Amino acid sequence: MRQNLRPISPILTLFKKDLLLEVRQQYTFYGVLLYVASTIFVLYLAMGEPDGPVWKGLFWMMQLFICVNAVAKSFLQEGRERLLYFYTIAGARDFILSKLLFNALLMFAMSLLSLALFLLMLGDPTTKALAFVGISVLGGISLSLVFTFLAAIAARAQQSAALMAILGFPLVIPQLLLLNKISTIAFETVVQGGLVGMVLVLAALDAMIIVLTIILFPFLWKD
Amino acid sequence: MLRQKWWKIVCVAALLYTFIAGFLGPVPAKPILNETIRNLYFHVAMWFSMMIFFIVSVIYSIKYLRKPNPVFDIYALEYAKAGIVFGCLGVLTGSMWAGFAWGAFWSNDPKQLGAIIALLIYLAYLVLRNSMTDMDKRARIGAVYNIFAFAMLFPTIWIIPRMVESLHPGGLGGNPAFKDLDPRMEAVFWPGAVPGWCLLGVWITTLRIRLQLVVEKRILSNA
Repeated sequence: MRQNLRPISPILTLFKKDLLLEVRQQYTFYGVLLYVASTIFVLYLAMGEPDGPVWKGLFWMMQLFICVNAVAKSFLQEGRERLLYFYTIAGARDFILSKLLFNALLMFAMSLLSLALFLLMLGDPTTKALAFVGISVLGGISLSLVFTFLAAIAARAQQSAALMAILGFPLVIPQLLLLNKISTIAFETVVQGGLVGMVLVLAALDAMIIVLTIILFPFLWKD
Repeated sequence: MLRQKWWKIVCVAALLYTFIAGFLGPVPAKPILNETIRNLYFHVAMWFSMMIFFIVSVIYSIKYLRKPNPVFDIYALEYAKAGIVFGCLGVLTGSMWAGFAWGAFWSNDPKQLGAIIALLIYLAYLVLRNSMTDMDKRARIGAVYNIFAFAMLFPTIWIIPRMVESLHPGGLGGNPAFKDLDPRMEAVFWPGAVPGWCLLGVWITTLRIRLQLVVEKRILSNA
């Protein structure tokens, strides 16, 4: 145990701490899972097995709500005192990087699970299911990055998840539109040429968000 | 410099020139566009102004983060507001133009959507600021968000609309626009419309900044 306390790197240690908390408490994961399962069940009762475009639209809206809930929980659970404690033992950049990493992992798992539930309950309108698995994982991670940054802002503004949702929805529209466009890859047999370029744009957007978060977070952190 | 008179005279002269030469001056008779091409002096010049105000706003936000001076925050806020106003005017004039040139006031053109998303992101900046009462915190978190919002302008307005088919110039539809702008129109657009609208916005903004500074001083002296 004593050996484990020696940090290899602060980022990994903070990441491990989040992971350990999650594994022990299993609150975020099962909480969001229940939320997803019941929402998809309601969708199933309301519309049965919808067509491709409706299915796709519902899927991305679902990802958006999952992301707001999952990321809000993981960030806002840190009280003011605990944030102060982290401030004394780790740098701001280490802290936000560990959060980005953890939330990306969380959303990775959540998107795969919600995709499985979607396929199970709302049918499978995709033509290339494997491609859609990749797209949904990419989408989940992209959304998690934006919301991690927003959760940091909301936590500093000492507001609840409500502020995060208000700020977040305009900010994620470009990503959601891109994702919705990109997912047509998985719904049609013929791939349009421009779509691969869009994947690159999305990746570049993600990279920009990561860089901005790393640059700007220290300013949010200090008080 | 901003308290001097000469640039206000230049502003009025440029706008008078824009209105007179813009409505009465010669324009090339192009198919479809016909006389609506005169909207270039309003619609396009307003977007130029909006972009300039957002750039000025983000510069003041960066300055605030480097050196927390409340005056910088007021500048950043008021220029962002001016940008939002000119953005709204740009959407309105554009929609009018589209109504007569494209046959519909709103056609979900990628650039129309991008402009709306960008404005929503900036409106969230105002909402975020209103959610906090502590002045220092509001200024710092506002500055962080403003920088982020500015970065999001690029994908929403400049990159994504250029990757898809659009009736606007720059898209894949092949609207040439500036490449063959008539020299008679250039003579109104560059010396008249662009500086005219920009200076008008700066004029409004400096008045608002002065008002805010007076209000701030009164709050500080009462405290």
